[in-house]
Amino acid sequence: MTSTGTSASTSEMIQVAPDDLGARVAGEMGRGGRFVGMSASSPGDRSGPGDEASREHRDWRCATTWLRAVVAHAGHYQVFDSELRDGRRQYPSVTARVPAAFWYEREIHDLFGLEPEGHPRLDPLVFPISGDGPERPRPGRADQNGPVAPNSSALAGHVEGEGVFTIPYGPVRSGIFETVEYLVETFGEDIPRVRVRPYLKHRGVRRRFLDLGVKDAVVLAERVEGTMSVAHATALAEAFEALAQTEAPLCAQYQRVVHAELERVANHLDSMLRHCEGAGQAVAYARLGWAKERVMRLQASLCGHRFGRGLVTIGGTSGPPLLGALQARSALEAIRADLERDLSTLMTTPSFLDRLRRTGVIAPDEASRHGALGPIGRASGVDNDVRRFRPHGAYRYLSTPAPSQRDDGDALSRQWVRIEEIRASLDLAGAALASLEHVRADTWSLPTEIPDGTAMSAVESPQGELLYMLDVEEGRVAGLHLRTASFHNFALFSSAFRGDIFTDFVFIEASFSVNLAGVAG
Amino acid sequence: MPWVPRGLRNGVLTTRYPARPDGYDPGFHGSVKVSPVDARAASGVQTICPTNAIKVTDTSVEIDRGLCVLCGRCVTERPDVFSFDAGFEVASFERNGLLTSLPTPPDEEVRAARADLLQRVKALRRSVHIRHVDAGSDGSEEWEIGALVNPVYDIQRLGVFFTASPRHADLLLVTGCATSGMDGPLKRTWAAMPDPKIVIAAGTDAVSGGIVSPGYSVSAGVGAVVPVDVWVPGSPPSPFSLLHAIASAVGMLKDRTGR
Repeated sequence: MTSTGTSASTSEMIQVAPDDLGARVAGEMGRGGRFVGMSASSPGDRSGPGDEASREHRDWRCATTWLRAVVAHAGHYQVFDSELRDGRRQYPSVTARVPAAFWYEREIHDLFGLEPEGHPRLDPLVFPISGDGPERPRPGRADQNGPVAPNSSALAGHVEGEGVFTIPYGPVRSGIFETVEYLVETFGEDIPRVRVRPYLKHRGVRRRFLDLGVKDAVVLAERVEGTMSVAHATALAEAFEALAQTEAPLCAQYQRVVHAELERVANHLDSMLRHCEGAGQAVAYARLGWAKERVMRLQASLCGHRFGRGLVTIGGTSGPPLLGALQARSALEAIRADLERDLSTLMTTPSFLDRLRRTGVIAPDEASRHGALGPIGRASGVDNDVRRFRPHGAYRYLSTPAPSQRDDGDALSRQWVRIEEIRASLDLAGAALASLEHVRADTWSLPTEIPDGTAMSAVESPQGELLYMLDVEEGRVAGLHLRTASFHNFALFSSAFRGDIFTDFVFIEASFSVNLAGVAG
Repeated sequence: MPWVPRGLRNGVLTTRYPARPDGYDPGFHGSVKVSPVDARAASGVQTICPTNAIKVTDTSVEIDRGLCVLCGRCVTERPDVFSFDAGFEVASFERNGLLTSLPTPPDEEVRAARADLLQRVKALRRSVHIRHVDAGSDGSEEWEIGALVNPVYDIQRLGVFFTASPRHADLLLVTGCATSGMDGPLKRTWAAMPDPKIVIAAGTDAVSGGIVSPGYSVSAGVGAVVPVDVWVPGSPPSPFSLLHAIASAVGMLKDRTGR
């Protein structure tokens, strides 16, 4: 049995020739579409190892690679699929027409060895591999086995401009941060450009999905971006449920919303904590750190895990909340009361605001062209909130949050958007907890058989729209297109530096607050 | 000025751990334990686990906590055999100490490792500087390590500080599944640290690679790259687990040392 499912609303699959891909995507952008992302997949070979024909097929030179680009019109996704047959590697670059594809085509080049013709700068991004010959490893392919080492000599080292030099910042840098290397280009104090090298912590998670059965895939999804476990698990579970043409019990849907919103609050607080640390606001840092700790303890009290892992299962959740709704709601109210007081003091502290104002500006037209996601988009006047444009799960029954939107595009706007989203998330979590008391709650999970087919789903992770598209064959993940908001948004990081200086760096990074594991893949 | 009373508003929030046990029992899942069952009745349970942490022999069922990602599937499917344990003191001085099979006293090897470690850290006791390195985590471990400086855990009260330079560091706290990209930077950080130095592998990914391993650019834990002294399972390990691991590594726990 083969079927296609989407978690809500609609999507359409469109086959195009590789030569037309860029033109079609650009055409949809001209009609008001938003560039969502791009990826490649290569099914590899699934017949037995003893088969002579299959061994030959395993050679990349005659293999097929699928290129996929996604464009969104509000909550409607158009999925453009292109087939590169017989080991074909060249195709006309999409970036040449749609600049937002810049990072995506570099990633595809790293992992699949494809060569977009006319791409402005095809430097390695997530996994540098030198050479382009037939022996070049293609680690993203399903049939690539064995270890592959990144080769840092494949990285571009030169800079252009009078008096410009580079300062490497990372990978081991001060503070407790995820690993990344920034190559800061400067001629003194100003930073005209920053190059991002996330490859050091590239784990190959997308390739790893292809080894797993559907249940194990949910466990891995929780660890793609460990600070957004609930969003990932929910997205994947909803994709599977759509494929099986079923839905989780209503109580489980509400429970997923409770944890997704608590996760959002914790993520936004983490961004603010880093702002406070950078600005030397010691008391605010301690207060918000305590608030974040309380949110995570509330998650643990409700489901047994501080990050909500193990809660979302295919077909529902692992069981009823471990804490009574009344207690949970009073804990929420206590957190909100303290946060309101602390944040109102923080946002009237001039020495804090001065550090964020007009720092790291992303102009609205640039954010709009790129299709910036989540709080970063909303701070630059671009709202792509999946909860409103494409409501799914229990969001269909809850009053969705009013758009918190600004258009200054600086770190301060991003801070304000996050503050408003924390309020909205606490409301939503409280409302979902209240609804839990009024719905039938005898079953928390339905046994779900996953048929073969293709499914997609989108959820609003704390960082923005998170997209899973996957193919299932015989209860296993056979193909995966996964687009994290962290990856999409971080491509804008370099543009945020115009006119900023070294001491602004910490605030720009904190106001992006991406999960670097989700960027590196 | 408004911040001064704000800082005092809620009094002392800080735990007394490790001087005293902490009263906070969140019910969070610290580890999975095995009930004493007939091994024959438990045949086939090893297939439940996504990371192959369950081993079944003729006579016993055991879990390798260094592989366990606490997904809870075994607890859901076989509650007669497996259950969650809320205790957070899960760190071990030996990789084998993470196997659930032995409630026996630490064997010679573990005792020797512990004595050796305590000898090395004698000079550090009340002034320990930590260098953290992410070698391919999912980001959650960094949150939990960062939580150690919030008012609840406040690790500075123990004389433990995070430092920017490996040259000033006594203790290397490594997270993540040891990606091939971080192989060199991690080795260089370790080499830059002065002796005596301690290495803690923080989290199941750092101990064994977790569910992310095997893969083309990850190895089965950081033990393959640097010599590990203390192993902390957990996905991610909670701040209390980390506190316990750090305190036991530098000999702050007198009678309540790791298994």
